[in-house]
Amino acid sequence: MKITREDVLRVAELAHLGLTGEEVEACQRELDAILTYVDRLNELDVSGVEPMAQVLHGASAGAGTPAEGQPELREDVRRTCDVAAAVLAQAPDADVRFFRVPKVIDK
Amino acid sequence: MSTAPWTIASVRAALAQKRISARELTTEFLGRIKRRNPELNAYLTLSPERAQTQAARVDAAFSRGEPLPPLAGVPVAIKDVISTRGLRTTCASKILESYVPPYDATAVERLEAAGAVILGKTNCDEFAMGGSNENSAYGPVRNPVATDRVPGGSSGGSAAAVAAELAVAALGTDTGGSIRQPGAFCGVPALMPTYGRVSRYGLVAFASSLDKIGPFTTCVSDTAAILATIAGHDHADSTSAAVPVPDYAAELEKPVQGLRIGVPEEYFGQGLDPEVGAKIEAGIALLEGLGCRRVPLKMPHTNYAIATYYVLATAEASSNLARYDGVRYGLRAQGATLVEMYRHTRDRGFGPEVKRRIMLGTYALSAGYYDAYYLRAQKVRALIARDFTSAFETVDAIVTPTTPTPAFRLGEKTADPLEMYLADIFTVTGSLAGVPGISVPCGKTQTGLPVGMQILGPHFSEGRVLQIGHAFEKAGGSSV
Repeated sequence: MKITREDVLRVAELAHLGLTGEEVEACQRELDAILTYVDRLNELDVSGVEPMAQVLHGASAGAGTPAEGQPELREDVRRTCDVAAAVLAQAPDADVRFFRVPKVIDK
Repeated sequence: MSTAPWTIASVRAALAQKRISARELTTEFLGRIKRRNPELNAYLTLSPERAQTQAARVDAAFSRGEPLPPLAGVPVAIKDVISTRGLRTTCASKILESYVPPYDATAVERLEAAGAVILGKTNCDEFAMGGSNENSAYGPVRNPVATDRVPGGSSGGSAAAVAAELAVAALGTDTGGSIRQPGAFCGVPALMPTYGRVSRYGLVAFASSLDKIGPFTTCVSDTAAILATIAGHDHADSTSAAVPVPDYAAELEKPVQGLRIGVPEEYFGQGLDPEVGAKIEAGIALLEGLGCRRVPLKMPHTNYAIATYYVLATAEASSNLARYDGVRYGLRAQGATLVEMYRHTRDRGFGPEVKRRIMLGTYALSAGYYDAYYLRAQKVRALIARDFTSAFETVDAIVTPTTPTPAFRLGEKTADPLEMYLADIFTVTGSLAGVPGISVPCGKTQTGLPVGMQILGPHFSEGRVLQIGHAFEKAGGSSV
C-alpha cells in the first residue's frame, strides 16, 4: 500500500473532513489505486522542465500564445461595493455586521 | 413530431416575421420542460418569471421598432455552477442547496444583454466533478437519446437539455472534458474555448488553471453565435485574456480546402471502441473529401495526461473548496468548536466524489508529497502542452475521437473511480494545454448512440475550429 490508514486520517484532518470507519477504508483503497496509477509520471525525465502553473504566460504556455494574452491591469480607482447586506443575507448565522461562529478563544 | 429544432437563426426569423413572440416561445419551452424534465432531470431550478420578464422586454423593444439584438428571445439554460443573481445556484451539492447568488456571472450578463432568455439552471456532477452526472446530489440526468444511459458529465444537464430541445443553447463548463464529453454522448456540438477566452467571473471555481465556460447548441453556427456573445476580456476576471474577439460567423464560411488535419496515433489505440474508431475514420475521410489533408502525428505524452490531470485538478479543488466551511453561505452543521463546525458541515454537505478529490488533492499538496506529485505533474503538464506546440507547427488542427466509447449505462462505472477517470483520456490533454476544442456529432453506432469527433486548434483559434466543425456538419458529418 502506498498510503496508510494513518495517512488517510492525517489528510482528512487537514481537509476538515471527518471520515467514518468505513469511509477511511474505502478512501485508503481508492487513493491507493489512483496513486499507483499516477506512478507512471515517474517514467518521464522532467529534469530541466519548467513547471507549468498557468496556460497563457511563460515559456511553457504552448502553441500560438499571443503576447496580448497577458492580463490587462485596470485603473486603480475607487469604486463602491455596496453588497454587505446581500452577502450577509446568505449567511447561516449573521449579525448586522458580522458572521457569527462558535467561540474560538477560551478565556 | 419531426419539425427541425429551433436554432438562433430560426428564432430570429420567426420573431422578425412576427410568426411568434418571445413570450410565446418562452411559454412553449417551459411547457416542454414541464413535460420532459421529470424523466430526464436535466434542470434543477427553473426561472419562469425571469424568463417571461426578459421575453416581454424583447417583445416590447421590437414592437417599439428597435432592431432585434443578436440572441433575441433565444431560450437558454445555464449549468448550475454558474452564478445567477436571485436564482438558486447549487453546484448540484447539498452544501449549496439554498444558496442564492447576489450577482450574475459575466457570461450570463452578456447572454441576457444580447436578448437571450434564461429558462433555468441545469443539473451536473457535484462541483463539476465527474464524467457521468451520477455525482449530482439531486439525482442523475438521463441521456435523452437512450434513457438507460448517462448523458456524460459533468455538464450532463446542459447537454441533455439541448439534445432534448428543452433549450436552444446552454452554457456548460469544461475542466477535463465536461463540455465535450457530454456533447459527444448526447449528440450535440459542444465547445471548450481557449483558457481565458471567456470570463469566469461568477463561475464557482473547481480547478482554476483548467476551468472554462463554453456552449452547447444544436448546430455549429449557433456555437459561434453564443461564443461571440460571451467571449472577450472582462475587468472582473484577471485571467480573461485581452485578445480581440474575431467575427466567428464570418470565419464559419471560409473554405477548409488545404487545411492540414493532424491525426495523433495515440488516440486510436487500445481502449478505443471499434465502432467509435470506424466512425471517426469515416469522419476524417469526409474532411479529406472536402479538401483537408490528413497528417499522421505523434503526441508522445498523451498517455500521461490522466495522471497529470487528476493530480493537478484535485490539488486545485482541495484549495478552492476549502471555502465551504459553514461560515459565510450555504449549509452549516452545528459543532461545539469552530473546527468541529467546519468538519460537520463538510461531512454532511459534500458527496463521496467531492470528498475523494479533496482527499487526493490535499494529499498531493501535503508536506513531503508536494514535489513528488504536484510539482512533477506541473512539469509533465508542460510536456503535454509541448506536444501540442510541436503538432501545431505542422498542422492547422487535430482531429480525434472525443471519447473512447459511446454513452455508457447508468451505474456501469460508479463502483470504480479510476475507471471513470480513464474515460476522460481524449479530452484531458487539450484541457491541460489550454487549447480550444469542439466535439461535433460524427455518426451513430448500430444501436443509435451518438459518436463525437473532437477538433482541437492552437490557442485562440476558435474561428478555425468552428470553421472545420461547420464544414463537417454541412457535409453530413452527423450521419457518416
